[in-house]
Amino acid sequence: MAKKPRVKLPKKAKAGDMIQVKTLASHNMETGNRKDKKGNKIPRLILNKFACTFKGAEVFSADMHPSVSANPYISFFITAKESGTYEFTWTDDNGKVTTVSNDMAVS
Amino acid sequence: MNFKTITAAVAVLGAGLALSACNGANSTAAVDQVPNPYGDKVWSGYQTARAGVRAMQDDDFENPGMPVYDAAEELYNAADGEAGVSCADCHGAVDDATGGRKGIPMKGVAATYPAYDVEDHKPINVELRINKCRTKYQKAKPFKYESDAMLGMTGLIAKQSRGMPRMTTADSKGDVLNPFWKTGEAFYYQRRGQLDMACSHCHEDNAGNMVRAETLSQGQSNGFPTYRLKWQKPGSLHRRFRGCNKNIRAQPYGYGSDEYLALETYLAWRGRGLPVEGPSVRK
Amino acid sequence: MSKNIQQMVRLDRREALKAAGAGVLALGFATTAHATPEAAAEALSKVSGGAAASMSDKVTISLPEIAENGATVPVGVSVDSPMTADSYVKHIHVFAEGNPSPETISFNLTPTGKAEVNTRIRLSKTQNVLVAVVMNDGSVLTNKKEVKVTIGGCGG
Repeated sequence: MAKKPRVKLPKKAKAGDMIQVKTLASHNMETGNRKDKKGNKIPRLILNKFACTFKGAEVFSADMHPSVSANPYISFFITAKESGTYEFTWTDDNGKVTTVSNDMAVS
Repeated sequence: MNFKTITAAVAVLGAGLALSACNGANSTAAVDQVPNPYGDKVWSGYQTARAGVRAMQDDDFENPGMPVYDAAEELYNAADGEAGVSCADCHGAVDDATGGRKGIPMKGVAATYPAYDVEDHKPINVELRINKCRTKYQKAKPFKYESDAMLGMTGLIAKQSRGMPRMTTADSKGDVLNPFWKTGEAFYYQRRGQLDMACSHCHEDNAGNMVRAETLSQGQSNGFPTYRLKWQKPGSLHRRFRGCNKNIRAQPYGYGSDEYLALETYLAWRGRGLPVEGPSVRK
Repeated sequence: MSKNIQQMVRLDRREALKAAGAGVLALGFATTAHATPEAAAEALSKVSGGAAASMSDKVTISLPEIAENGATVPVGVSVDSPMTADSYVKHIHVFAEGNPSPETISFNLTPTGKAEVNTRIRLSKTQNVLVAVVMNDGSVLTNKKEVKVTIGGCGG
């Protein structure tokens, strides 16, 4: 994944706030069903896992299959509890992991 | 009756049947029209896009093409080529309205291009202008026309003019772009291809009507580069021209070709008054 | 019909097929067999761990009635649940009954926020999208919605 994934997480929040986290990765999500001009199947290569962890514990994750659109968009909700760093990871079929970290201060 | 006449007859009949068949079927055919300063009613493809697609365009975060444009901002700030200068070195930050050291800002570019290139004596669009700067001033290799780098860069530049109305004076006789505007106008009304259709048949005579499940737009260029859901990536105006030409089974012209530059000059006039939407999202 | 018109019609049909193929090819589903509701039901029983699944209107699926383009269909699932440690949604599985494989995406949640997720999936044709929600106590709630996937009149 050449481009950095985008993550929308507020920098500040009040304890108890309902926060919608939005993520957008940049990836073709090659299904493995397409054929190239010569008629050979283009091998599958997708992001198959997305995870959000906070202080080492998984808060939310998703297992993706080839039916997820290119440039995968995932959004979910969390309750703001304590300040800290959220880690967002995307893993592809080859095991390559891309990580983005965002801090959120909770008052 | 020769082959050409039969083809034309069948094509027109077929097109007419297809166009009339779905006319009243879908109520989204009614479009909001934006009055433009010149009095004609023009509207952008945004008006006929359904809520889901509009939502993707309205929220920068949800625009699936955004990572490409973000990556381009890094390119914009990075030194490149033998001259070792970046775009920012001359033009300032991409959103600097004063235009940096040279006083040439990116703001307004997408609203007024294509411009007239005094060196080559023909229209120049943003893509070709970027490559001219790269080869002439940065002494760097030009970007491939439909590469992510080029699409990202044109999207980034379009973003700086977002909301600004498209302006051009190419239609006035004294304007230096006028001959190319005329060529573009002729292209627009010229029948071509096996289906023997001109741009005007869909985009002028039938704009707002349905062709199968699709509402025909006016074929405006204010949204480009666009993330087309069908392409699953951003694409340029010339890519769309090529697709349109291939649809009516005409030989498409090349990216950055003179024919498409003239058409782009003409289309900028047809869309005058429309806000720059780039980078947009379309189906 | 003269030979020329026959040729025209044949080419038109090929053109239409090509346009259809081009639209679907982008998904890479053109040459593979499609799943069936049975395959989706089987996939559902796998994730429900044998627990009885019941249709529930606590599960809301937001999907357009007609997809602008099958390659990118925004889908949202929201479940009426307190999301506390005692009662929360553990997994949300989204199945596409008519895709080559029914699994599209599975979300794994923890007791926080609310059970509302959004994503974009590929749908190869008009079909039902089936959602299975597995709660922390093992109970399974389901719902389904039909999406019409069309091929537009113009490609390019």
